[in-house]
Amino acid sequence: MNSAAALLAQVVPSYTPETTFDVPANVVFAVQAVFMIFAAIRVVTTKNVVHAALWLVVVLGGVGLNYVLLQAEFVAVTQFLVYLGAVIVLFLFGVMLTRAPLGVSDDLDNNQKKIGIGVGVALLAVLSYALIESFGRSELTFEAYEGVAGANTNGRTQAVSDAIFGQYLIPFEMLSLLLLAALIGAIVLARRD
Amino acid sequence: MTQAVLHPILGLELAYWQETIIRVLLGLVALLLLTGGVVYLYLFKFVSFMQSRLGPMEAGPYGSMQLLAEVGKWLQKEDIFTEDSDKFIFGIAPAVVLASTFLMFVVIPAGPNAVVADLGTGIYFVLAMSSLSVIGILMAGWASANKYALMGALRAGGQLIAYELPLILAVVGVVISAGSLNLQDIVAAQSDGAIFGWTGIGNPYILTQIVGFTIFLIAVQAELTQTPFDMPIAESELVAGYQVEYTGIRFLVYFIAEFATAVAFAAVASTLFLGGWQLPGAWGISDGAMNAIGPIMISIKAVLLVGVVFWVRFSLPRFREDQLQKLAWKVLIPLALANIVVTGVMKVVF
Repeated sequence: MNSAAALLAQVVPSYTPETTFDVPANVVFAVQAVFMIFAAIRVVTTKNVVHAALWLVVVLGGVGLNYVLLQAEFVAVTQFLVYLGAVIVLFLFGVMLTRAPLGVSDDLDNNQKKIGIGVGVALLAVLSYALIESFGRSELTFEAYEGVAGANTNGRTQAVSDAIFGQYLIPFEMLSLLLLAALIGAIVLARRD
Repeated sequence: MTQAVLHPILGLELAYWQETIIRVLLGLVALLLLTGGVVYLYLFKFVSFMQSRLGPMEAGPYGSMQLLAEVGKWLQKEDIFTEDSDKFIFGIAPAVVLASTFLMFVVIPAGPNAVVADLGTGIYFVLAMSSLSVIGILMAGWASANKYALMGALRAGGQLIAYELPLILAVVGVVISAGSLNLQDIVAAQSDGAIFGWTGIGNPYILTQIVGFTIFLIAVQAELTQTPFDMPIAESELVAGYQVEYTGIRFLVYFIAEFATAVAFAAVASTLFLGGWQLPGAWGISDGAMNAIGPIMISIKAVLLVGVVFWVRFSLPRFREDQLQKLAWKVLIPLALANIVVTGVMKVVF
């Protein structure tokens, strides 16, 4: 660990020895990133629509794990509850209710493959640039996990709720209105009469 | 990174990873013991007495070893994969369901320090993990290559999504009252509470949140797919639903997961509404002693609540599918929302 910290101090000028370089977290990130990339490629290359949805489970679960590594526990649990527990379940439910043959289907591709790749690469470039520009120098601190007897992670959850119901109250309420409108719209579209 | 020693257990100074392994192993042992005990107590004996019969009597005193015999039987059976099934998905589906069940136990506290991980998201984590089992059930139903299995899985999907909402909304009342998602804080809020100034038994939320408690238990019954909500595995309509093609150890895993989930939800309900591991009035017992007494307290409460689940299971006939959905969307969810509003107003007023 000390050699890693020393190396980082040379590479990143703003790095000070007081901030902790967390080796386990970085190892876990590397492993789960490999899994996520593999699963994401399988989502679009697999020849079975249910398998695609199940590979998506791995990708979205990896995102949840990513939030845990970033110490955003509440967001991570929300990711598991909403994306894995509800969105994926609705995907699977819808697919199985309509058309979900076992084995290989050959008609899952369409002719927009090249545009898709282009859009994906462009998005990767823009997002990478934006993220490196804004957060390239910032570091997580891991101090809360050290030396605190009976440490729990209440503080992080409280910080989220303070932000949602304080600083970001108006955007939060606007989002709920938007979701409500979408909900009503879905009901209106789905009604037979 | 070397972790500071958190708590000496039995005078041993343990590193973080050693302590975590011990916690996980103790949690697993407690979980399997409770699950086995509940299966023997209720599934073998309680129902037998309700139906005026003796139940298992041969294996061990009063048939108490019957469960081990059953496990041995399932382990011996051939692990059959049907010809058309999607072998890999079919094989790992029971593991997904079991993993979802085990993860629920991670944050349920059994004492001041007797918990695998004291997460700030507590109850939210439990509900999120319990919702993952639906993926396993849908995988099982689809990969079985059997129309009854697929029907059962689809019914399970619709049912579990519908009843997740009242389950979560019923918990919100408790979270508002306690002011925290952390299960340890919810236990503390109950034992520190007072009923009109009287602190004799603290303030278990079953008193103020009786509506939430009732909704929670009904939703749990549906989440466990126990009668009267057992449409996903309705044997007279779907043979055995998503479990129909499973034999041997994989069926055993479903069986364990079903009853372990019952224990988990009962433990969550006793933590949220019955004061958790805490004794009724705390009685000034030290934290060290409570780490031994707490697991017994929460086990007693949880086993009693599992008893309620089984009591209902063996007493009521099955609902129709449309009645099930109506109960969730038209009765339980509005009631739970009203409960949240009333709790919020009361919290502000008092």
